[in-house]
Amino acid sequence: MTAAGRSAVSAAERLTSRGECFDPARARLDFPILQNTGLIFLDSAASAQKPQCVIDAIANCYSRDYANIHRGIYELSARATENFEAVRRTTQQFIGASEAREIVFVRNTTEAINLIAATYGRQNVGPGDEVLITEMEHHSNIVPWQMLCEAKGAVLRVAPFDDRGALILEEFEKLLCPRTKIVAVAHISNALGTVNPIAEITRLAHAHGAAVIIDGAQAVPHHRVDVVDLDCDFYALSGHKVFGPTGVGVLYGKAALLESMPPYQGGGSMIQTVRFEKTTYAGIPQRFEAGTPDIGGVTGFGAALDYVTGIGLDVIESHERELLAYATDALAEIPGVRLIGTAAHKAAVLSFSLDGVHPHDVGSILDHEGIAVRTGHHCAQPVMEHFGVPATVRASLALYNTREDIDALVRALHTVRELFQ
Amino acid sequence: MSSDLRELYQSVIIDHNKRPRNFCKPKCTNRSAEGINPLCGDQLTVYLDVEDGIVKDVGFSGTGCAISTASASLMTQSIKGRKIGDVEHLFEEFREMVTSNPKSNVEDDELGKLSVFSGVREFPMRVKCATLAWHAMSEALHDTGGTATTE
Repeated sequence: MTAAGRSAVSAAERLTSRGECFDPARARLDFPILQNTGLIFLDSAASAQKPQCVIDAIANCYSRDYANIHRGIYELSARATENFEAVRRTTQQFIGASEAREIVFVRNTTEAINLIAATYGRQNVGPGDEVLITEMEHHSNIVPWQMLCEAKGAVLRVAPFDDRGALILEEFEKLLCPRTKIVAVAHISNALGTVNPIAEITRLAHAHGAAVIIDGAQAVPHHRVDVVDLDCDFYALSGHKVFGPTGVGVLYGKAALLESMPPYQGGGSMIQTVRFEKTTYAGIPQRFEAGTPDIGGVTGFGAALDYVTGIGLDVIESHERELLAYATDALAEIPGVRLIGTAAHKAAVLSFSLDGVHPHDVGSILDHEGIAVRTGHHCAQPVMEHFGVPATVRASLALYNTREDIDALVRALHTVRELFQ
Repeated sequence: MSSDLRELYQSVIIDHNKRPRNFCKPKCTNRSAEGINPLCGDQLTVYLDVEDGIVKDVGFSGTGCAISTASASLMTQSIKGRKIGDVEHLFEEFREMVTSNPKSNVEDDELGKLSVFSGVREFPMRVKCATLAWHAMSEALHDTGGTATTE
């Protein structure tokens, strides 16, 4: 646990450490934005709210422990470096990586995926080779691969999902071939909530010699992730979706693969020696961390991981599963609501349309009732196309959501229907 | 239900959303342009038949929210048969109405039925919806061959 995390014991943690049942109403007390504002926040899949301990950790970093890292001989810089590196170890434990040097700090999931495309991708994908993704990917796990394929004369293949939004594994398997160099798949779909069978996908991809990249942005806040069990080669995540600040993301890569990859950006921190004739690069993970990183952000991210660990991902997952079932039943009772994404394995995302009402209108009316939901294509336009809708309304849940939030959503949806009668 | 919401979703708007008028490509058109709102995925095309400086015919197609659909529908009704200069002036008046401070009271008789959109100014996020068709129509009018986008 990081220094910042130790100092802040959350309401939720106090509760679960006493062996009592998890009570989301108590967990809400950890989030200043949810106090006395009347806000019903159902958009955590876009970005999660921040608990006080994260906000404090960032403030403490800047008010007590701040200096640039990996540079100064002075005590303050050494302390800042140690705090920063402690978060790398916290992250390693959080996702079950074998070594801390397998954790590369980046800006977000998008940058992590672009980093792999620009390094591993450029090194290993050639003309006629193939990159395999799925139809349910977020644009950030489509566009970098399209760009790579275009630059290299490679081919992008897309594995389809069925009408419930579950990946059709047989079709996925059929698309694997000796030319498949990279398989890039979301752990959990942001638009549908589908949980993909990552261990199985990895096994199949490895049998064909492809490297496996998992977009874990939607998984880490809700689901225990163990990259060694999954056996994926790379795993990307965003800190801001797991209650941390914006500006910090993580790329996990197997050490041997990271070692074999060229640098991403050039600059300070990523070098061993620089001469005009020849520069030699640092080892991993520094080779991929050019320039001064988001030191305050990484500190906050560490506090966020400590916060989640303090409550327990198993506890969070079980709370969200129960709430998802409650919300699914409640929405099903509203005439005209069509749930989009009903896979058997689903995380707490409810994407839906309401007959005769455009999602944008639904979103406006819900907003007026104090309910924040996402409306639009969720950066997954191919998913919208599959279901023949221009957009959906998406309510996504997190540990601080309650049955009362769902009840308010249902009431507001009745208001929408009344207005549009 | 709050009066703000009723004001935004007036019965005229709901009606034009359900049954948009001139919701087709006219038989004879000589100008068109697409309007896209990338934020919410609204996408519509406005078709014009302009002769002797007059909008002889107008129609639209596409998908969008109630505000953008009703706005496109009511726009077609209010510009058909009018001079280009008048249409441009109307767009200015309309834009002023949906973006201005409520107290400034810019509604006037000139806007006629279009004044049902005055409630939009209480919902700044929806201004782009209300003006999307107008932007596309303006593009078509000047036939720049471009796409109007709200971003």
